[in-house]
Amino acid sequence: MAERAAPVLEVKGLRTIFRTRGGEVHAVNDVSFHLNRGEVLGVVGESGSGKSVTMMSLIGLLPAPPAENRGGEVLLGGRDLLKLDTRALQEVRGARVGFVFQDPMTSLNPVFTLGDQLMEPLRKHMGMDRTAAANRAVELLELVGIPDARRRLKAYPHQFSGGMRQRVMIAIALACDPDVLIADEPTTALDVTIQAQILELVKELRHKLGMAIIWITHDLGVIAGIADRVLVMYGGQVVEQAPVRELFANPQHPYTRALLRTIPAISGPREGRLKVIQGQPPILMAPPAACPFRARCDYRHDRCDRENPLRRAVDGRPVGQGHDVACHWTAPAPVAEVIHA
Amino acid sequence: MLDAPPRPLVEVTDLKMHFPIHTGVFRRHTGDVKAVDGVSFSILPGETLGLVGESGCGKSTVGRAMLRLYEPTAGRVVIDGDDVASLSPEALRKKRPTMQMVFQDPQASLNPRMTLARIIGEPLDEHTAWPKAKKLERVYELMDAVGLNRRFANRYPHEFSGGQRQRIGIARALALNPRFIVCDEPIAALDVSIQAQVVNLLEDLQEKLGLTYLFISHDLSMVRHIADRVAVMYLGRIAELSPRDALYARPLHPYAEALLSAVNEPDPVRAATRRRIILKGDVPSPANPPVGCNFCTRCPRVFGRCRVEKPPLQEVEPGRFVACHLFDNTAAGRTGASEVPEHNQQGVTQ
Repeated sequence: MAERAAPVLEVKGLRTIFRTRGGEVHAVNDVSFHLNRGEVLGVVGESGSGKSVTMMSLIGLLPAPPAENRGGEVLLGGRDLLKLDTRALQEVRGARVGFVFQDPMTSLNPVFTLGDQLMEPLRKHMGMDRTAAANRAVELLELVGIPDARRRLKAYPHQFSGGMRQRVMIAIALACDPDVLIADEPTTALDVTIQAQILELVKELRHKLGMAIIWITHDLGVIAGIADRVLVMYGGQVVEQAPVRELFANPQHPYTRALLRTIPAISGPREGRLKVIQGQPPILMAPPAACPFRARCDYRHDRCDRENPLRRAVDGRPVGQGHDVACHWTAPAPVAEVIHA
Repeated sequence: MLDAPPRPLVEVTDLKMHFPIHTGVFRRHTGDVKAVDGVSFSILPGETLGLVGESGCGKSTVGRAMLRLYEPTAGRVVIDGDDVASLSPEALRKKRPTMQMVFQDPQASLNPRMTLARIIGEPLDEHTAWPKAKKLERVYELMDAVGLNRRFANRYPHEFSGGQRQRIGIARALALNPRFIVCDEPIAALDVSIQAQVVNLLEDLQEKLGLTYLFISHDLSMVRHIADRVAVMYLGRIAELSPRDALYARPLHPYAEALLSAVNEPDPVRAATRRRIILKGDVPSPANPPVGCNFCTRCPRVFGRCRVEKPPLQEVEPGRFVACHLFDNTAAGRTGASEVPEHNQQGVTQ
């Protein structure tokens, strides 16, 4: 299926750097991936792994300077977003790509009503008049499960709880029926029961509206519940990519494997001491010439110090289409009982 | 059951922490935020009690009120034989070395202008009359214990990562050989790979030093990993207090059940088949809690009595305490409890 339908979004060889006083920080290093229609792509990694920066840079949300694009292509609907001017990019952002940020407390403007903030993209991008925009805003609030929507248009953000604000953020992102919704840790700041509400809502909306979603998170539990396919990022590059079940059943990269073992289980037998990954993610002051994970890796050998591994296919399908990994080490075959379907 | 041997190290009885609300020009006292509203539990020596709940449920306030970082409104907090809640300031000061705290945010809880050695040694300056050399020796000992290189003694907090800063906070808490430590969300601000390091350290130290922990967290998987017994709080009260395995295998209180079902399991196969109880709505304000059971506004199994009467926390099975009318200890209640697994659950969407 992935091979047949044309992807909604295709990113090829994206590179982004930040100019700092200490020199250039290479935050995104040759990142390639595609996003299919109606698909949820999970992006995981620790803080500093480059997951948010990658997604923000592809729609020009990073302030430049200090951010600077150093090559690559971002194809959305036949156009390369990296070649668009600010004005055209703004149009894309409102109308074709929606963005939901992590913190619902700070991403809404406290001095405007929800109605104002919801109607702004509708009037700007869809050219609606006040009445039409207000009607659509009510529709959107109802879509994201906010009761008594018409009255709530006049409410200010502080009158809403965290979960409700995140619903509003999603409504704003959905306002112009985007092809792609990028959600950056949208449930991290929320409590578990509220997180469960938002996850259910997004799953439902995805079926209803058929849009493609990029879901950025550090929480593998969330990924397991919502994603179809997963990108694991480290050191500003994609280190592993696989369908979600394959990734959890048969992780290849030492980083993915370690990450899966650092989290305690909620059911099943209780583990002894937790597995730890020693050290910190690197800050890359030069394009990586060696494997960025080598300092923390249990399977490091000479080649890892000399050569940054390219992504290679694990299951025989082309890189990006099936399961691929960027590692010189070959993981042993998984124990038969953990392979599901 | 509380006086059964061994004797608990910590006994909290009907702890209340109300914060007054003042309104209007004359700042009249018009109400109270009942952050903690009658909480009782005990912790055995060497045990870890997990205290879980969502933000605003009062779990951190319990920890702070227990150590008199807040003045509790009512209740007793007996730690190692003394009622901390009623000690005089001087007696409280003498008591402090036995009870310490590890804070959530290692960034905010360490003075940026003090070196590591001074931060870790500050409790020794306050509570001992040791000579300088002895204090420094103790600081080094503590740094070894938490896995910080001695060479770092003269550095400042900003030079360390989040996980290392949390180690500094732990070393400081250990300085006076406490028996009881309140860990208030010690890993919430850390990355997953670093969380495991800090949790392993806490477990190692407990084994070595025989520490007793109150581990406050919203991370239910981590609490399952570290705690022996777990108290689930909702809106200032304990909904359920059970041994860990019993709670995670079969939560009794409807809130505990919903909370556990909402945890995201890192297993896509199980995630696809699991039944999740999605609670409707938000937590009510603790300034204006519901008349009956605090959970009655969101409970999928609510019935008439829940809206008029607060259920007390009572032992419904050996070692398991639940505050819910479904599990009433009276004869009528007991039959009700046995039917519980068959109860139709509204709000179940999957």
